[in-house]
Amino acid sequence: MDANGTGGARPLLEVDGVTLQYKTREHLVTATYRVSFKVWPSDRFVLLGPSGCGKSTLLKGVAGFMRPVEGTMHLNGRDIDRPGPDRMMVFQEFDQLLPWKTVRQNVMFPMLVSGRFARAEAEQRALAYIDKVNLTKFRDAYPHTLSGGMKQRVAIARAMAMEPDILLMDEPFAALDALTRRKMQEELLQLWADTRFTVLFVTHSIEEAIIVGSRILVMSPHPGQVKAELNSDVFDHAAQGGIEFQALQQRIHNMLFAERIEEDKAVAHG
Amino acid sequence: MAEVRAIRSAAPPVRPEFETRPGEAAHIGDAARPLTPWERLVNDTTARRIFILVVLAIAWELYARWVKNPLMFPSFLDMSEALYDNFVNGPLIDRTLTTIKVLLLGYTAGIAIAAVLTTIAVSTRIGTDLLSTLTAMFNPLPAIALLPLALLWFGLGIPSLIFVIIHSVLWAVALNTHTGFMAVSETQRMAGQNYGLRGIRYVMQILIPAAFPSILAGLKIGWAFAWRTLIAAELVFGVSSRSGGLGWFIFENRQQLETANVFAGLTTVIIIGLLVESVIFRTAETHTVRKWGMQR
Repeated sequence: MDANGTGGARPLLEVDGVTLQYKTREHLVTATYRVSFKVWPSDRFVLLGPSGCGKSTLLKGVAGFMRPVEGTMHLNGRDIDRPGPDRMMVFQEFDQLLPWKTVRQNVMFPMLVSGRFARAEAEQRALAYIDKVNLTKFRDAYPHTLSGGMKQRVAIARAMAMEPDILLMDEPFAALDALTRRKMQEELLQLWADTRFTVLFVTHSIEEAIIVGSRILVMSPHPGQVKAELNSDVFDHAAQGGIEFQALQQRIHNMLFAERIEEDKAVAHG
Repeated sequence: MAEVRAIRSAAPPVRPEFETRPGEAAHIGDAARPLTPWERLVNDTTARRIFILVVLAIAWELYARWVKNPLMFPSFLDMSEALYDNFVNGPLIDRTLTTIKVLLLGYTAGIAIAAVLTTIAVSTRIGTDLLSTLTAMFNPLPAIALLPLALLWFGLGIPSLIFVIIHSVLWAVALNTHTGFMAVSETQRMAGQNYGLRGIRYVMQILIPAAFPSILAGLKIGWAFAWRTLIAAELVFGVSSRSGGLGWFIFENRQQLETANVFAGLTTVIIIGLLVESVIFRTAETHTVRKWGMQR
């Protein structure tokens, strides 16, 4: 399958030996250490790892909010040096929508300010994508009147309407209740089946990674390093109870769990 | 320990399972019904506030009649008569207009300077330090305390008044706006930058609307500060020209022991304050921060 990088001409996103650091008040934290991976067009590429493995920081790096201290990041062969609308980000937080704009205006806003679409076309596209995420009834509502799941849908519609080269999702469903989360995962997969966009998806849930992703980058914490890269294209919600699904889940679990034992030992010895 | 064991040993009784269908809720009434006119009236903020004003006016009238000393405490009706008389025949309209003109001049200038200062403060770190330091120094300094200095620099007249008004507006507005900018969530900032917004477009399209509740609060506080400063300053030296303002009107009438007129002047100050608060600022709030759900 193309999506797994056998048939495409070249990777869309190339992250090569990237080390990311950020400063807190007292420490200089190394979030990721020499991480490399390649994302091919139409990949559903998942960054998976426990908290502290630098997966969100890595996503911020790809989004252009942080510059790597070492290594390179290229999108379509161009160096990533600043944030831009060719990489649309969907955040975990519900306040990512602009409260002073209606659903329709929120979806139109990036299309207008980036100058990529004229007003009439932006409006048409906005309505089409709002319809895709089943929010046509709420297109003139202000964000504060929507539920958490609806807000995330608007954010997804807003990002997708731009038709970015790559969609960046930072634990977009983590703050939702379990039922809504499952529904949103299904909808995302349905949208992917429709348009085959490329998405880089960050999560700490093994189950979500296997269901949503087609390829999973497993990362270890402190600092974040690549532990494995796995294929998971065959699994969806229906496969969840299956033996192979559980085997993969167990395998990833062991990878992350083994890390924790080593860490405990290190602490005990130190 | 013993208590914990006691609670754990008391197992809940085993109850039969059942499934049911939601029944008719008709006996509670309609799922939604329109409010009665009385309920609507009670829900209306304007109506409730007018009610408070009426009660205050009645209390005033009753107290004044009980005291029976119009020289010290004229009744509400006396005051109303003086107010009407001074508006129609007397100088009150002129005085009010003079005051409002000076006020608007100073207020706008103060906001403009605050905008420049805040822009510098959000764009550079040294700018932030500059604004914080200046605000910490000058915000607690009463504008009236600068009046002698203003008189020395600008002489008796409007420039001195405008100087003290700017001082009273500037720091309140700058402080609030800057606090508002600082409080804009990281997510909204990143979302804005993600769309490729930078520089002045980023400030105009993301920071200002996101900080609008604080900015509006700053404008309100600034307005109130400007108003008090001006009236107080006029009390001190409205004397200079023939076209004095409201403060001068109050001062002049006190000299002549026209206490009802003094009250009429004060009431004018109050009425204008109420109108600006309940009409201008409230309308602005209703159409912005309330509509956006950023403020109740």
